[in-house]
Amino acid sequence: MQRSINDFFRSRRGIIAVGAIIGILGPTLQKLGNPPNMGICVACFERDITGALGLHRAATVQYLRPEIFGFVLGSLIAALLFREFKARGGSAPIIRFILGFFGMIGSLVFLGCPWRAWFRLAGGDINGLIGLIGLTTGILIGIVFLKKGYSLGRSNKTHAAAGYVFPLIMAALLLLAIFRPTFGPENSGPIFSSESGPGSKHAPLLISLAFGLLIGFLAQRTRFCTVGAVRDIVLLKDFHLGSGILSLGISAFLMNLIYGQFHPGFQGMPIAHSNVIWNLLGMILAGLAYCLAGGCPGRQLFLSGEGDTDAGIFVLGMITGAAFAHNFGLAGSPDSVVDGVLKIGGISSNGMIMVGIGLLVCVLIGLTMREKVQ
Amino acid sequence: MEITVDARGLSCPQPVLLVAKEIEKGVFPIIVKVDGATACENIRRFALTRKLKVSITESGDESIITIQKE
Repeated sequence: MQRSINDFFRSRRGIIAVGAIIGILGPTLQKLGNPPNMGICVACFERDITGALGLHRAATVQYLRPEIFGFVLGSLIAALLFREFKARGGSAPIIRFILGFFGMIGSLVFLGCPWRAWFRLAGGDINGLIGLIGLTTGILIGIVFLKKGYSLGRSNKTHAAAGYVFPLIMAALLLLAIFRPTFGPENSGPIFSSESGPGSKHAPLLISLAFGLLIGFLAQRTRFCTVGAVRDIVLLKDFHLGSGILSLGISAFLMNLIYGQFHPGFQGMPIAHSNVIWNLLGMILAGLAYCLAGGCPGRQLFLSGEGDTDAGIFVLGMITGAAFAHNFGLAGSPDSVVDGVLKIGGISSNGMIMVGIGLLVCVLIGLTMREKVQ
Repeated sequence: MEITVDARGLSCPQPVLLVAKEIEKGVFPIIVKVDGATACENIRRFALTRKLKVSITESGDESIITIQKE
């Protein structure tokens, strides 16, 4: 029984089916209240969690997103059921933290992770395509380093308890989301919840959690990865993961048509800016950082659920990056309509400088972290 | 049996890249040691697309993948 399930998940049909399921669930979450053209965005949702904990104070992007907790816990359940939970770590954790940090900066300059780039495109936002071009470019740069022997070194087996730490943090945050305790004066905080803006838009908690758990489970089994998809096509001529991502894009597009959520356009798209250069550069940075870290932000969550403590450190780097992105004014501002006039968004000069620093740091990591080529 | 590639503990896509290099050299059999299901599946898929014969034996947390010409 378990063998035939395994065979299905590792088959081409398996990854296509899981891509289609994610593509159906994303727009459905939007229909149920999640922000438009977002479905599930790992970067945006981690940024909302960062805000909910008060680590940044951008009032419109604060909410403990149950999807993220579901991703990790769903992956943990799958890994335990299929005996793949393996506590491991020690492969250059601080470098993974830095890559997570700059991956988040790049994603928030664009306003979305690779998943959202697909969901944006599937909702008709042409900037999503620009983001995907940037992402692919970043991954291509990463591949150059991989070909030259880039490696963060081996991870080692560690105590099982260490592997449970990150899933337990997610479970604790989930409890905070459910019980909403208050510790501050006059029953305030510390859990912040946006009253307007993207953070205020969310599907009912239990549905978000259930969808997150399901995706976490399926993605752990199929090794679903948006960055690995591009990397494997270019590097190995392997279209396995790529077919899953394409399936996600097509099914999300069809679901948006069914739900009346497909609105093609370039400017003034929901929670998006139309500054081509910075959409491109933001996602080049993100693509490079994710490629050097071995997987997209979603994949890092799934890995952390199966005991990979280095992936957990990467996620903590992303959360820190989200805090910096808003506290230092680095994140992109969406296009907006002010007094009936469309105001094109973009990023601040701080954000531009940070993207430059991020690219430089990632290139230095790519150049200096090498195994001796045998 | 001498291990050709020790891919234990390496992040994606390094295990497959190391195996790809060995396949290019053309000396068979190639014996690969891995400690994760993902790397194992990726190497298996890669070798099969190159029309090579793959057999896997599992011992504890680790797997030994033997890649041979048909």
